[in-house]
Amino acid sequence: MNNSTKTIAGHGKPPSAPSVILENVSFSYPGELIFRDLNFTVKGGQWTCLIGPSGCGKSTLLRLISGTLRENFSGKIHFSDGNSHTGRTAWMAQKDLLLPWLSVLDNVCLGSRLRGEMSDQKRQKAISFLEDAGLGEYSDSLPSALSGGMRQRVALLRTLMEERSVILMDEPFSALDALTRLKLQDLAASLVQGATVLMVTHDPLEALRLGHRIYVMTHRPAKLSKVMIPPGSPPRKPGDPAIVSLQAKLLDRLVGGGNP
Amino acid sequence: MRIIRLIFIAVGLVLVWQTIVLLTHVPPYILPGPVNVAKAALTHAGPLFDHAMTTLFEIIAGLLLGTLLGTISALSMIASFSLKRWLLPVLVISQAIPVFALAPLLVLWFGYGMSSKIAMAVLIIFFPVTAAFYDGLRSTEPEWLELAQVMNAKPLAVIRHLRIPSALPAFASGLRVATAVAPIGAVVGEWVGSSKGLGFYMLHANARMQIDIMFAALVVLGVLSLSIYFSVDWAMIKIVYWQKEETE
Repeated sequence: MNNSTKTIAGHGKPPSAPSVILENVSFSYPGELIFRDLNFTVKGGQWTCLIGPSGCGKSTLLRLISGTLRENFSGKIHFSDGNSHTGRTAWMAQKDLLLPWLSVLDNVCLGSRLRGEMSDQKRQKAISFLEDAGLGEYSDSLPSALSGGMRQRVALLRTLMEERSVILMDEPFSALDALTRLKLQDLAASLVQGATVLMVTHDPLEALRLGHRIYVMTHRPAKLSKVMIPPGSPPRKPGDPAIVSLQAKLLDRLVGGGNP
Repeated sequence: MRIIRLIFIAVGLVLVWQTIVLLTHVPPYILPGPVNVAKAALTHAGPLFDHAMTTLFEIIAGLLLGTLLGTISALSMIASFSLKRWLLPVLVISQAIPVFALAPLLVLWFGYGMSSKIAMAVLIIFFPVTAAFYDGLRSTEPEWLELAQVMNAKPLAVIRHLRIPSALPAFASGLRVATAVAPIGAVVGEWVGSSKGLGFYMLHANARMQIDIMFAALVVLGVLSLSIYFSVDWAMIKIVYWQKEETE
C-alpha cells in the first residue's frame, strides 16, 4: 500500500503549497454575526484541523476560503503566493457528492469535464488513481454499486484529481463507521502530503491523528484557540498514549470554550 | 409479471362487461356485448385500422413536438433569468384557457386535417413537460452546484453535466403525464371537425346507430393509448438508468 500511495502522491504535486491568510475577516448571516475581525493563517503545506461545536461557523470559514460565499463578507482572504481565489482550492464534503448517473471513473474526472478540459491523459491519470486506491475494478460501475467507504474514497480521488494546492475538507469522514474512517484517514494523510489542508471536524481523535496544527473554534462571533501541535507526524496511531492524553486536553478545551 | 397482470385485468373487465349485458338484457344499440363488438371490429377491420393510424400519427407527432417545445422552453428559462420572467406568465395564462375551448378555433386556423389535431395534442403536452422539466432543472442539489463552483465549472457545462441529468427523473414523470393525456387532444380535435381518425369514426358510427362499431373504435383507441404509454414508460426507465432499482 505504501508504495502505491507514493505513486499517487507523486502525480503532479505542487512544489510548495501556499499558506492561506485571513485578515480582519467579518461575516454575518442576516441577523447573525459569525465572524468579527478574525485573523487566521492556515500554514502552507500542512494539515490544519478546526474543531468546534456544531454551528460555530467552521463550514462557513471553509466556504469563505473556497470563494463560494461572498456576500456580507468583509476583510481579506489571500494566498501567500498570490491573491486570486479562483482555481486555488479543492473541496471535499461530508457527503460524497458523487453524481449517480456517472461511472466511478467519470466522477473522478468531474472537474475536468466541468471545465471542458477532458483528455485521454486525464482519463489515464484517473484510472491509475483508482487502481492505486484499490478501486480499479469499479471504474465502470455506477456509484450506487459502492459502499459508503468506497464512495468517500472516490470523492477523495476526485478531490486529488483537481491538483489544487489548497484542499478544504468539511467533516469528510464523519458519516463512516469507525474502522472505515481510520482506514480512510490513513489513505488521505498519505495522498495529500505537500498540500495545504484545512479540515473541519468534530471528532477530537480525527484532529489528533491527522493535524499538524489543531485549533478549537468557539462562540459567536467565532474565536480560535491557541494552536495545539501534537507530537510526531500524521497519520498518528489512534492508540498512541500521547494522542490519548491530548484527546482529554482537547475535549477540555472544547467544553471550556476554547481557552487553554 | 406485469404483462400477465395486465392480461388478467383485461380479461376480467371483458367478463364483467359480458355479465352485465347478459344479466340486464340491455338492447345492443345501448350497450353491445364484447362478442358483438369483436364481430364488428373484424368486419370493419380495414377502416378501423386506417382511422387508428391517423390518430396514432397525430398523437405521436403531438408528443414529439410538444416534448421538443417543452424541453426547449424549460431549458431557456433555466439559462436566462429574464426570459423566465417573461415566459412563465405566458405559460400560466395558456393553461388558464381550457384547451377544449380552443378546439374550434384551432380547426378554423389549422384546418380540417391533421395539423389542428396535432396542435391540440401539442398544447396539452407542452405544459406538463415544461413544468416538470423546469422544476427538475432548478432543484439541482445545491451542494453539487457548490462543488462545481469550486471546480471553476463553465456555466454551460453545469447545465449539461449537472442540471439536465439531475432533472431527467422529473422530466420523465412529466412526460408520463403528458403521454397519458395526449390522446385526449387528438380525439377532441377529431370530434370538433375532421374526416379521419378514431374520434371521427366514433361520431360517424354513433350517428348511424352502429354502436358496436363505436365500441370497437373505443377499444382500439384504448389499446393504442396504452401501447404508447408503455413505450414511453419503457424509454423513460432507460433514460434514468441509474434509478433502475427504484422504478422497477
